[in-house]
Amino acid sequence: MSLLEVDDIAVHFGGVKAVDGVSFRVEEGEVYAIIGPNGAGKSTIFNLISRIYELTRGRIMFDGHDVTKLGAHQVAPLGIARTFQNIELFDHSTVLANLLMGRHLHRRTNFIQDALFLPKVRAEERAHRQRVEEVIAFLELEAYRGKMIAGLPYGVRKVVEIGRALAMGSKLILLDEPASGLSVEESQEVAYWIEDMRRDMGLTVLMVEHDMSLVSQVSDRVLAVANGRMLAEGTPAEVQAHPEVKAAYLGTEVAA
Amino acid sequence: MRTVFKTSYDTDIDLHEHWFRRGRYLALLVFMMSLPFWADEYFLAEATNTLIWSLAGMGLMVLVGHTGQPSLGHAAFLSIGAYTDVALMNAGVPFLVSFPIAGIFAGVVGAIVAIPAVRMSGIYLAIATLALFVIVEEIVILLEPITGGVGGLFAPAIEIFGIPFERYAYLGNFYWLVLAVVVIICWGYANLMRSPTGRSFLAVRDSEVSARALGINVTRTRALAFGLSAGVTGLAGALMGHFIGFFNYELFSIFISINLLLVVTIGGLGFIQGAFLGAVLITAVPQVIAILRDGLNATAGIDLGAIPGLDTIIFSLLLIVFIIYEPQGLYGRWLKIRTWFEIFPLARRDMFRRQKSYLKTERSK
Amino acid sequence: MDFLQLLVGGVANGCIYGLVALGFVLIYKSSEGVNFAQGDMMMLGAFLALGFGNADQLGLPFGVAVLAAMAAMFGVGYGIDRVVVRKIFGQPHFALVILTIALGFVLRFVAGSLFGYTPLVLETPFSGRNLNFGGVIVGLNDLVTIFVTLILTLALWGFFARTRIGLAAQAASQNQMAAYIVGVPVMRVNSLIWGLSGVVATVAGVLYASKGAIDPNIGLLGIKAFAAAVIGGMGSLPGALLGGLIIGIIEPIAGRYAPGEVAVMSPYIIMLIVLVTRPGGLFAQIHAKKV
Repeated sequence: MSLLEVDDIAVHFGGVKAVDGVSFRVEEGEVYAIIGPNGAGKSTIFNLISRIYELTRGRIMFDGHDVTKLGAHQVAPLGIARTFQNIELFDHSTVLANLLMGRHLHRRTNFIQDALFLPKVRAEERAHRQRVEEVIAFLELEAYRGKMIAGLPYGVRKVVEIGRALAMGSKLILLDEPASGLSVEESQEVAYWIEDMRRDMGLTVLMVEHDMSLVSQVSDRVLAVANGRMLAEGTPAEVQAHPEVKAAYLGTEVAA
Repeated sequence: MRTVFKTSYDTDIDLHEHWFRRGRYLALLVFMMSLPFWADEYFLAEATNTLIWSLAGMGLMVLVGHTGQPSLGHAAFLSIGAYTDVALMNAGVPFLVSFPIAGIFAGVVGAIVAIPAVRMSGIYLAIATLALFVIVEEIVILLEPITGGVGGLFAPAIEIFGIPFERYAYLGNFYWLVLAVVVIICWGYANLMRSPTGRSFLAVRDSEVSARALGINVTRTRALAFGLSAGVTGLAGALMGHFIGFFNYELFSIFISINLLLVVTIGGLGFIQGAFLGAVLITAVPQVIAILRDGLNATAGIDLGAIPGLDTIIFSLLLIVFIIYEPQGLYGRWLKIRTWFEIFPLARRDMFRRQKSYLKTERSK
Repeated sequence: MDFLQLLVGGVANGCIYGLVALGFVLIYKSSEGVNFAQGDMMMLGAFLALGFGNADQLGLPFGVAVLAAMAAMFGVGYGIDRVVVRKIFGQPHFALVILTIALGFVLRFVAGSLFGYTPLVLETPFSGRNLNFGGVIVGLNDLVTIFVTLILTLALWGFFARTRIGLAAQAASQNQMAAYIVGVPVMRVNSLIWGLSGVVATVAGVLYASKGAIDPNIGLLGIKAFAAAVIGGMGSLPGALLGGLIIGIIEPIAGRYAPGEVAVMSPYIIMLIVLVTRPGGLFAQIHAKKV
């Protein structure tokens, strides 16, 4: 059984078929990338997995659970973390608080215990903090720990969002264009982190990315989509060599 | 500027980073506790009123400031709290029991109303709370046997373990009672904000989608915030009823809802301290106007009393000025002033410049 | 017979609610903001017409006075957007809610200072006259109200569907950034819409005043008009009108068969029911935010 099984999913917005009959499987411990031109439906696939959009057709299984039957907030507890293409951080909180929010899944106290701040709450806070500090050290965010998100540069915010997803301690992490808008050095860093996530943290990574150099560097398998349909699946080299991918991908790239 | 060397995670977890800050709040508390020993009755009554408004302000702050949900009908919860408390006391229930029940009841009503309401986006919720307010007002009039209808009712005298807390004869005691409630709620509120519950409120306020992606049940979180908010406001309502002594539905008018909004907005949205600053402002301005009125009348012969609604218009203009120029309110302004002094003379002009913002849309196209 | 009379009065009232709701919707469509001062704009419009027209005031002919009031309220609406609302562009919606509530109080204060707080009566050519249709007695003002509302709705529809500026406003309401890029002066369009909603509010105010005395607190009627706008669906012009009519008709009927308090509550109960069952209103136009 694969960790994530996506079977023939489709979503139609009015008459537009944003995603139409996409199927793929992500095995435990691999880095799987989805590529495709703008508007190909890549982010939509993510939004379907995290239940922001309702499927028109198809099924998504994760770790033996049917994701399509859950509410948006019930996906994370299964072990799926994600980032967003346009960065959805909590702007008026510090980096530390943002990362701590990533620990929400693991809270074991209720609001009454919280209001009284029982010793149990303090003990849990310490434990959460311990985990968050590990993430901070991993992503080298020490300098920004107490800073408000609203004042941070784009590149740092991008990293904080990855950090928040990591703090969740999930099995699968969905990265929505982790390198977009980053400098060459920054995206090289992202590539190292993705490799470390898999090797050291035992995470499975599913990502959507435009940057082909990043994709071919880190991913085991690649799925190319265009106009909501699958074009090809295989190793980065195979997919890049695929004639239809070349036509769709390069064609629109040139046109754009 | 004081630099804190953090040696353990507890430094961040604690309410205050170091003993100096803690000491300042402690000093303020001691000062507040000492009031009945030296302040005259008029001042003490005003201080009591301010504390009650702070309590209601904290109630609304949880919702508006920390969860990002507007409510234009919070007077409804003041009213529910006041009537529940008085009704129970009239039925023979002691204050020590009726008071918390009043809060819990207001909170439960709030949470129940919130469950459908929280599915709505901001503006719809604002209007729904307005509707709730009108409905509660009419129900109060309809339930005449309990609420006294249009005629109103007396709040019975409070007695706890034989100690009288009657508002007129034992104002000092009543003041201490209110202060104790305010301190306890404030402490619980501050605790909430440094724990997972408070963080989930902020998460829902700042980005619903990512809150969901983190596993936060947005509907439940909002309903919880709404319930807590209504509950605290209900407690404030109960105290307000006892403070006024004799009241009917008109005490909890739509203008009270608006004044409460003023307390949190001018005080500083998103800061617990803001609720207190706002409450001080809203109780002080009418006093200042009264003093000015007498002064101007005596010296210059200008009769401000001839201008009805003067304090309302001053509040409104203050509100407009704050929203445009200092959306973070008095407390936000104070933080900036404090920082300016702390790093003097290194402050730069553009240090506190707000980021350019664009229209945030809730529509997909 | 009785019931028919009730119905005509209800429809006329509903038209007024609908017109005020139309004002909300205009602004909501253009900038996604809700103008909580709309009821107070209606109040001020009525008072300005009274100030221009009544014999003991400026004493202009009724038609001229109404036109002058409409022009003045266009200026007030335009000015509010230009001077105040534009400054908080980009702040959370809630800021605008509070801001317009405060503005409502300012308008109320202005009206109170100019005209006092005792109820006054606007002199109109159609107040207090009744027509008899085979036993059904109908107030002339009710008929005028219904007629004017029809005309105004058609005119607004024509404005948005046919004129350049109307189309620009539609474009701006759908996507401000895109409209701005293709050359729509979004800011100016927004100001014009605010002016326009001032005009609509004035018409509503004059019609309202034709039924009886007015005082600076009649702006609270705005709350009921909100309920109308919400029932119809905030973004829909016909929805606003329909919502107004529903409330206008239900209110007197509820008042007839239930205690007065229930009648007061009825618009809000209907609104809550609509919100729970169809959160976007009867003519839903809200979509989920894109991520």
